[in-house]
Amino acid sequence: MIEYEFPGLLNYWIVFLLMMIGLYIVIGHENLIKKIVGLNVFQVSVFVFYISMAKIKGGTAPILADGIEVYSNPLPHVLILTAIVVGVATTALGLALVVRVQESFGTIEDDEVREQEEQDG
Amino acid sequence: MMMRRKMVLRVVSKLLIPFILLFALYVQWHGDFGPGGGFQAGVIFAAAFMLYGLIYGLGTLREALPSWVTRLVLSLGVLLYAGVGVVCLLLGGNFLDYDVLAHDPLHGQHYGIILVEFGVGLTVFAGIITIFCAFAGRAAADVNPHDPEETARAGDD
Amino acid sequence: MSFIAEHISVLVVIVPLMAAPLCVIVRHGAVSWGWATLVCLANFGLSILLMQQVLANGTIVYDLGGWEGPWGIVYHIDEVGALVVLIVSAIAAIVMPYAKESIEREIPKERHYLAYCMMLLCIAGLIGMAVTGDAFNLFVFLEVSSLATYVLIALGNDRRALTAALRYLILGTVGATFYVIGLGMIYMMTGSLNMTDLASLLPAVQNTGTVHVALAFIVVGFGLKLALFPLHVWLPNAYTFAPSAVTAFLAATATKVAVYALIRLIFTVFGDIDPLETYGVRAAVMVLAIAGMFAGSLIAIYQSNVKRLLAYSSVAQVGYMILGISIGNAPAMAGGIIHMFNHALMKGALFMALGCVFYVIGSVKLEDMAGLGKRMPLTAAAIVAGGFSLIGVPLTVGFISKFYLVEGALAAGMWPVALLIMLSSLLAVIYVWRVVEVMYFRSPAIGCETRTEAPMSLLVPTYILLGAAFWFGIDATFTGDVAMSAAQTLLGGSK
Repeated sequence: MIEYEFPGLLNYWIVFLLMMIGLYIVIGHENLIKKIVGLNVFQVSVFVFYISMAKIKGGTAPILADGIEVYSNPLPHVLILTAIVVGVATTALGLALVVRVQESFGTIEDDEVREQEEQDG
Repeated sequence: MMMRRKMVLRVVSKLLIPFILLFALYVQWHGDFGPGGGFQAGVIFAAAFMLYGLIYGLGTLREALPSWVTRLVLSLGVLLYAGVGVVCLLLGGNFLDYDVLAHDPLHGQHYGIILVEFGVGLTVFAGIITIFCAFAGRAAADVNPHDPEETARAGDD
Repeated sequence: MSFIAEHISVLVVIVPLMAAPLCVIVRHGAVSWGWATLVCLANFGLSILLMQQVLANGTIVYDLGGWEGPWGIVYHIDEVGALVVLIVSAIAAIVMPYAKESIEREIPKERHYLAYCMMLLCIAGLIGMAVTGDAFNLFVFLEVSSLATYVLIALGNDRRALTAALRYLILGTVGATFYVIGLGMIYMMTGSLNMTDLASLLPAVQNTGTVHVALAFIVVGFGLKLALFPLHVWLPNAYTFAPSAVTAFLAATATKVAVYALIRLIFTVFGDIDPLETYGVRAAVMVLAIAGMFAGSLIAIYQSNVKRLLAYSSVAQVGYMILGISIGNAPAMAGGIIHMFNHALMKGALFMALGCVFYVIGSVKLEDMAGLGKRMPLTAAAIVAGGFSLIGVPLTVGFISKFYLVEGALAAGMWPVALLIMLSSLLAVIYVWRVVEVMYFRSPAIGCETRTEAPMSLLVPTYILLGAAFWFGIDATFTGDVAMSAAQTLLGGSK
């Protein structure tokens, strides 16, 4: 008999749901800030993906202590710490660019920016 | 000086900021044998300054922490990290091989990780402050277009 | 000396990495430039030594922090890796001296130091991508170089540089994140991130859906970074509106390093199972490559901005590299690898010549370049010579790579592919001819007939790179040997 626990693969369903939502926002929205938000949702889904995969049932934080034998895998956490920092840098740079787009185009709607760009020749 | 009348905020933030800084230092120096480290400590340390900036205004923050200081700290952090690696090279180990930093490899690992995490902490702190001031500087330009002095000082990154 | 020899594989990364923050500390344009140039020249010297070491002793494996793989991060440099390091540092060493005048003309003074700092970071990231033997470390270096690239593009004078950088940032981040997703899936299946280790662990799980999906994510992710048609949409605007020196550097290096990373992942990480064959995607990749060759060239023909024309031509040239990889025999693979090197030389030289044009006449639009053959004879001649190389005229580097590609296609019995390579070269003739025709057979606009050549500090580096493009076209033994033996090693792993 297959033992089925409630969470099961729930994490991964949520990861891919978030991933699709994020990617859709990046593609579907014209507002540049929303695009960056979408990019963040997309990246966060990957963070959750890595962290879920590191969890071992019954495992604790990887700090050596007496009487504990099962530890969760710390490596993905460290990888994701790096990826989070990269994500922060990307978001900051992206938002800084959006601010300057607003200053030089007067709008942050991608379609209006595109129209102005075509007029620039 | 915005928030001149928000007495509660000013008093509470003044009380809080030293403890935030202290906690950041704890996270920083405790990072080598417990949860913590440069990334977290840098962000917490920066959070204290950001709170100060939010309550007392960006100009006051920049008086306490001029942009040349953040820029210097930002660079020194990276140099410290890589510098530790180079010192390891010069002492005959591989890049970032902390074993050679002291006579006892265990102590070497200890020194190495503390220094490297300190470098990370410095850079993250300065990076977060720089990001905060860059955006807040733009906001100040919108809110208060008649004070180009503050805007120029804040956006000077 | 032995100290340098022992640690050379890490020095090529940390020298530019540590030089970058010093530029921020001094915060002075000219001083930063001098420092950056010095560092780039030194790094070029290091990369030559690295190449010699790899040729003499074979693959170098360097354990960072003394932690051996697969537990620690290792640097793993084979022949192609050393060649890519050589490309990046050579181009950097030539572009840096060139950059001073060009950047002074195109970027506001207070941001000069930032440009040099970002160039150094970008170099560190690109070289890191080439030397690392750890799949996650590859992502970190990819992002280091990409973030620096976004800033460099946004430094352009035109306001469209901002949107070009922003769109590249969005697509580039999606691409890098795709790679991380794919890598996560591989890590789930194997529990390792070390490339050599992965190569031995992957065959056992090659038929699982997870690995299939992982490969798809990785190829699409890097497809975005290397501008594989139809994922190239970020490239034309980014190259067009970036400062000239930046365009020359990026066009010559960034996409090449991404191609190399993809080669590395496909042929060494998935090595033992040859994923193109096992998963039946060889034809699909080949079709995309050929579509890129034609679409890029066709769109290039209709451009009125020469920088954008060359950017679309880059999309086509990336097609040749991917075609060489997808054919899958040694000569074609060698053709792809040689083309990475050769295209870096010719595109770098062409964009640098365009930088000279922009320096003097303040525009790179085709109609403004009328009569350039009379006004700036040396620059115009450089553009023509680079154009010959793009077409693949004998005695130029372009001929060598196409020769290998055609040979590989014929050896694999794919004569239609060989024919298509020839046909797409004809398209290159058309777009190069459009520029030549405007430069030499139209008279200059009234009032600007005087002969004004770009300064020597711009022309000399351009001609050095151009000279290299002819040198390696006439005597291709070095590139040919390296690429051939590298191709055999890479393909040998997949048998």
